[in-house]
Amino acid sequence: MGQESSPLFAGSTGTLRLIGYLALAMVLMVLDHRNGWMWRIRYNAAVAVEPLYRLAGLPVEGMRTLSVAFADRQRLTDQNQRLREDLLLANAKLNRMAAVAQQNEHLKQLLDTQRSLELNVQLARVIGVDLGAYRHRLLLNVGARDGVKPGQPVIDARGVMGQVIQALPTTSVVMLITDPNNALPVTIERTGLRTIAYGSRDGDRLLLPTIPMAADVREGDRLLTSGLGGRFPPGFPVGEIARVTPAATGMFLEAQATPSADISRSEDVLLLHDQAEPTGPPEPASPMGPPDTLAPDGAGTPAKEPR
Amino acid sequence: MNRQRLGLWWFIGTLVIALLLMLVPLPDVLAPFKPYWPALVLLYWSLESGDRVTLGLAFSMGLAADLLDGVLLGEQALRLTALVFIALRFRSRLRFFPMWQQTLAVLALLFNDRILLTIVRVFAGDALPPASWWISPFVGAALWPFVFLLLDDLRMRLRLQ
Repeated sequence: MGQESSPLFAGSTGTLRLIGYLALAMVLMVLDHRNGWMWRIRYNAAVAVEPLYRLAGLPVEGMRTLSVAFADRQRLTDQNQRLREDLLLANAKLNRMAAVAQQNEHLKQLLDTQRSLELNVQLARVIGVDLGAYRHRLLLNVGARDGVKPGQPVIDARGVMGQVIQALPTTSVVMLITDPNNALPVTIERTGLRTIAYGSRDGDRLLLPTIPMAADVREGDRLLTSGLGGRFPPGFPVGEIARVTPAATGMFLEAQATPSADISRSEDVLLLHDQAEPTGPPEPASPMGPPDTLAPDGAGTPAKEPR
Repeated sequence: MNRQRLGLWWFIGTLVIALLLMLVPLPDVLAPFKPYWPALVLLYWSLESGDRVTLGLAFSMGLAADLLDGVLLGEQALRLTALVFIALRFRSRLRFFPMWQQTLAVLALLFNDRILLTIVRVFAGDALPPASWWISPFVGAALWPFVFLLLDDLRMRLRLQ
């Protein structure tokens, strides 16, 4: 340790090197933020990183195993009983739905649409790893080698959880719908109003900041995915409106919703494999009436832009 | 010679364990109370064996942590480099502080680290974090005496440098 002239700053580190390293870090951050080539590095570093994930996930795994091992027989029997009742109920509902589904399929064939009600899913397990404070991410134990691709929707038994944002060879990272960077096109089940649900910064809610003032939105309204944007298939439950208030700007209503999926407690999730086909607003209807060639000169054009 | 090598492994081992602890999740209620383990362990080593801890080491440890976190490459590298730089600058003073003063200094360092992180995240376009965001440095500082004494005691027992 070299003694410098100032007694206050007796140390062996140079300010120049600090500046160098800080600049390097900032360049890395900017490059990474702009190009997002981090995933390429991560994909290659995954050989070293993934075993660490598994290792860090062990405590949570251990807790799960312990909770099963030490759960008393009574509770397990109860749980088993409840699950069987749930299954029975679900099966009964499914059977009743079967006829309707078939009818629906038939009607759709008549309408010549391709979308089907079949689900192509893959079961995945959550690895209990903390990917940074207030980062609403999950790590799953399936990855690119199992056919996972970024953009795939992730659901649990109750609703939409999020989407895959990164697929490493044998693990993948999911961005939850409660992440502030996530936006999800939804529709309100009761009224069919379409809007967008964003994640909120404190993490366990959804925000719908742009509902028109005149819209009819109430507490308890259920939100479904609308299928716009083409990433999530339509009709999956997203959440339930908990509170509606006028927005600070006074131009919109702002609603808060609680997600219906068990965001923080799910252990097993489903990855949807069929990407929904991109659907936008419907094609503009072709104008009815006699063809343009029959129209008198000059009458055909102004009809296109009504003022 | 052998003892020296053992010391080196112990040093690397503590750093890896700190990274693992960073990844191990706490239950939901306790999540905001999670201390920043890599910073605590790096601080300990920069006070106790300042010739081993360099800015380069802090930088590469930060990069490793970033790869594990997978958010923004360079974020933790920046934070840990700044932290270790300050710690090394004031090393000779910090070492001879009584424990409570050292704890206060660690609190200040961790708090500074959180501020840096907030600035980085806001620049990256994230929303401002909620109030519970600021709890973690206090937990880290409260744990500091125990971390310090535990690591010191283990080092003495193993008779490592």
